[in-house]
Amino acid sequence: MLPDFKANHFALFGLPARFELDGAALDVAFRQLQAQVHPDRFAHLSEADKRASLQWSTRVNEAYQVLKSPLMRAAYLLQQQGVDALAPENTQLPAVFLMQQIEWREAIAGARKDADDVALQRVETEMQTMARRLQADLANALDVQQDFVSAAQRVRELKFIDKIRAELDEAFIALDR
Amino acid sequence: MALLQISEPGLSTVPHQHRLAVGIDLGTTNSLVATVRNGVAVVLHDENGRALLPSVVRYQPGQPPVVGHAAQQVQASDPYNTIVSVKRFMGRALHDIADAGSFPYRFVDAPGMVQLRTADGVKSPVEVSADILRALRERAEHSLGGELMGAVITVPAYFDDAQRQATKDAARLAGLEVLRLLNEPTAAAIAYGLDNAAEGIYAVYDLGGGTFDISILRLSQGVFEVLATNGDSALGGDDFDQRLFCWMLEQARFPDLTAQDNRLLLNHARFAKEALTEHPETRITAVLSSGFTIDLTLTAAQFNEMTATLVSKTLSPVRRALRDAGLSTKDVQGVVMVGGATRMPCIQSAVATLFGQTPLNNLDPDKVVALGAAMQANVLAGNRREDDDWLLLDVTPLSLGIETMGGLVEKIIPRNTTIPVARAQEFTTYKDGQTAMSIHVLQGERELVSDCRSLARFELRGIPSMVAGAARIRVALQVDADGLLSVSAQELQTGVSAAVTVRPSFGLHDDDVSRMLQDGFNHAKEDMTARALQEARVEAERLLDATQSALDEDGERLLDMDEFSEIVASMRALAECVSGMDYALIQQMTERLNQVTQAFAARRMNMRVREALAGQSVNDLMS
Ligand SMILES: Nc1ncnc2c1ncn2[C@@H]1O[C@H](COP(=O)(O)OP(=O)(O)OP(=O)(O)O)[C@@H](O)[C@H]1O
Ligand SMILES: [Mg+2]
Repeated sequence: MLPDFKANHFALFGLPARFELDGAALDVAFRQLQAQVHPDRFAHLSEADKRASLQWSTRVNEAYQVLKSPLMRAAYLLQQQGVDALAPENTQLPAVFLMQQIEWREAIAGARKDADDVALQRVETEMQTMARRLQADLANALDVQQDFVSAAQRVRELKFIDKIRAELDEAFIALDR
Repeated sequence: MALLQISEPGLSTVPHQHRLAVGIDLGTTNSLVATVRNGVAVVLHDENGRALLPSVVRYQPGQPPVVGHAAQQVQASDPYNTIVSVKRFMGRALHDIADAGSFPYRFVDAPGMVQLRTADGVKSPVEVSADILRALRERAEHSLGGELMGAVITVPAYFDDAQRQATKDAARLAGLEVLRLLNEPTAAAIAYGLDNAAEGIYAVYDLGGGTFDISILRLSQGVFEVLATNGDSALGGDDFDQRLFCWMLEQARFPDLTAQDNRLLLNHARFAKEALTEHPETRITAVLSSGFTIDLTLTAAQFNEMTATLVSKTLSPVRRALRDAGLSTKDVQGVVMVGGATRMPCIQSAVATLFGQTPLNNLDPDKVVALGAAMQANVLAGNRREDDDWLLLDVTPLSLGIETMGGLVEKIIPRNTTIPVARAQEFTTYKDGQTAMSIHVLQGERELVSDCRSLARFELRGIPSMVAGAARIRVALQVDADGLLSVSAQELQTGVSAAVTVRPSFGLHDDDVSRMLQDGFNHAKEDMTARALQEARVEAERLLDATQSALDEDGERLLDMDEFSEIVASMRALAECVSGMDYALIQQMTERLNQVTQAFAARRMNMRVREALAGQSVNDLMS
C-alpha cells in the first residue's frame, strides 16, 4: 500500500529526470495532480474509490516531497543509478568539511549559552551559502559530468548540513522561550 | 452508446440531488453549525435566532442533558454538574491537565481519558461533546428539514491524534457521519480566501476560548496549501480569565471559596476581560456564598500587564511556524484573525507589531470557522458546482515516530508534512532468538519517549528465531486526510504482520463507543437492532448513490458491457433489499456491490491521473 520508492517521481510530474529542476513547474504539476486524486474529491463516493484516492494522493505527496528537497532529489537520482549515497556504511567526509561542522556546532552552543541571536543568524547564513555551493556542485556532477562518486559525497555533506540545521532550529526555539 | 437505462423503479437514488451536509465548529466556549444554501454559506440559528450555542452541558439525575444557554445560566449555581470547556479534556488523562485543581469539577482518573462525575453518573469528555454535537445536529435537521448526509467537524490544527480520535468518536456517538475532520485555521482560510479571492501567503492567527493555532498558507489559483502550523492546544481566552481570577484572589483575602464561588468569579473575570475590550476600565462586583462582597476596579493597563506572558506565549509558535515554512514576517501578505479572544486590543497590537501590518478583521471571528467548514462539507458531500474548483492541502502538526533503544524516539513523519502521507522504516531485533517485538508509536517534537505523547503500543509476534539484527521489521505509518494515524508492521522475510488503527493508550476503544451507544438506547435490544438496520440502510443508500454518480461520469468510457451489467445487477439487488428488514442481506449486498466496483474505482483513478498528465502511461508510475 505504500508508494514504491523506485517508481519514477519525475515522470509522475512530467519533468525531466535531472537535478536542476523547474520548481514552479513542479508546483503546478503537483497541484494539478492532487486536484485529480485528493481524498476530498472522493469523500462522497464508495470505499473502493476512497481507498484508491488515498493511495494515489499519498503517492503524489511522497514524490513531491522528494523532488522538492535538493538533498532527497539528489539521493533519489543516485539511487536510480544504483548508488545508495546515504547507506550507513557510507559515512566518510573530508577533514575540512568536518572542521567546519565542529566550528558551527561550537558557535551554536556558544550562541545558545549567551542567548546571542545574531551569532545564530551568522551560522545560518554561512550554512546557507555552503548549501547553495553544494547544490551547484551537485547540478554539475549529476547533470553534466555524471560523476556519481563525487555526487554521492556532496549528498552526504548536504545531509550533514541538514543535521546542523535541525540543531539551529532547536537553538532558535530555545532562545525564543 | 447508451448501455443500459438504470433509473428503473426500485432504484430510487436520484443522481446529483443536493445532499444535506453541515460544517460544525465544536468550540471550547461556543459551538456553531453552518451549511451551504443556494451556493452561500450560512450559519444556522436556534429557534430564538441565536447562532452561538454555548459549549455547556448540564446533567441532572435521570433527565436528558441540557445543552447551551439554559445550562450556561446555571453554571455558577450547579458547577459540579454543569460542564464548560470540555474540549480541554478531550483525549487527555488527568495528569495531562496542568491546572486540574482550578476547575470546579469532580474528576475521575480513568485510564486513557479523564472522566467527570456528575449527578447523572460519570461522563467522559467524549460523551459531553457528543451531547453538544447532538444538539447541533438536531438544530440542523430541524432547520434543513431532513436527515444529514454528513458533517465536517473542525478541530484545532495543533490537536494531536488522541484529541482528533476523541472528536471523531464524539461525532459517531452523536449519530453524525464525519465527512472530514478539518483544522480550524484552515477552515477560516477557506472562508476568507474564497470570499476575497485572495492569492499569496497568509497567516491565520486563531485564539479561541481554549486553544491557540497559527497556520501559514499559500493561496494560489484555488489551492489552499498549508505550509506550516503550530500552536498550543491548552491556551486561550480561558487562561486570561484564570489570570484575572488569580488577580482577584490576590486583591482581597477571601474566605474559603466554594465551587459555586469559583465558577462565579471565573464568570466575572470573563465579563471584565470582555468589557476591557471596549472600555479603559471596568468594575467587578460580586457577592460570594458566604455573603462576602467583592468590589474591585481594573484598568486595561493593569490587565495588559498581568496577561503579557500569555500574549507572548502565542508569539513563539508564530515564529516557529514561519521558520518551518522557510518564510519571514515580510513574506506574509495578510494576517487573518479568528476566535473571540483576538478581539482583545493587547492581541491585536502584539500581532500588528510582530507582522508589521494591521491584521485583517473584516470577518466575524466567531463564525468564520463554521462557514469554512460548511463550504468544505458541501464539496465533500458531492454538491460541488462548476465554480467550486478549489482544493485544500493540509499538514500533520506534530512529528510521528517509533520508540527505539534507550527510550529515544526515531521520527518517521516530521511535523508539517502534507497529508495524506505514508512512511516506513525498518527496524531489527536486538537479542538472539527474539520472536516478538513491541512497537510503540509516539507523537511530539522531543527526543525522549517520556517527553512525547504515547499513541499506541502493540506487539509483532511470530518472528522466526534468528540472531540479533537479522530480522527485518518494516513499520509503516499512514496519516489520512483527517490527520488520523494507522500503523502496520511486517517482518519482511516471513511476512508475519500486525496492524492497528491508532486509538488505544489514550482515547476510547471501539468497545467503549459501542457501550455508550448502547447506553444511549437504554440497553433496549430492539432499539439496537433498529439502529443497526438504520445504519446499514444509510450506508447502502450512500453506496448506491456513489456508484450511480461514478457510472454517470465514467461508466460508458471505462466499462465493457459485461462489467457494466454486473454492477447494475448488484445495484438492483441492493436497491431491492434496502428498504426491507433483513439486516444481514443488506450488508451482504452492500459488500457485493463494493466488490464488483473495485476495479472500476482503480480505473477511474488512473484515468484522472492520466488526464492530468496528458498521455503518460500510468502503469509506469504506479509500478
Ligand atoms: N469582546 C471580547 N473581548 C475579549 N474576549 C472576548 C470577547 N468576545 C469573546 N471573547 C473571548 O473569546 C473566547 C471565545 O472565543 P471563541 O468562541 O472563538 O472560542 P471557541 O471557538 O469556543 O474556542 P476554541 O476555538 O479555542 O475551541 C472566550 O474566552 C471569550 O471570553
Ligand atoms: Mg474556535
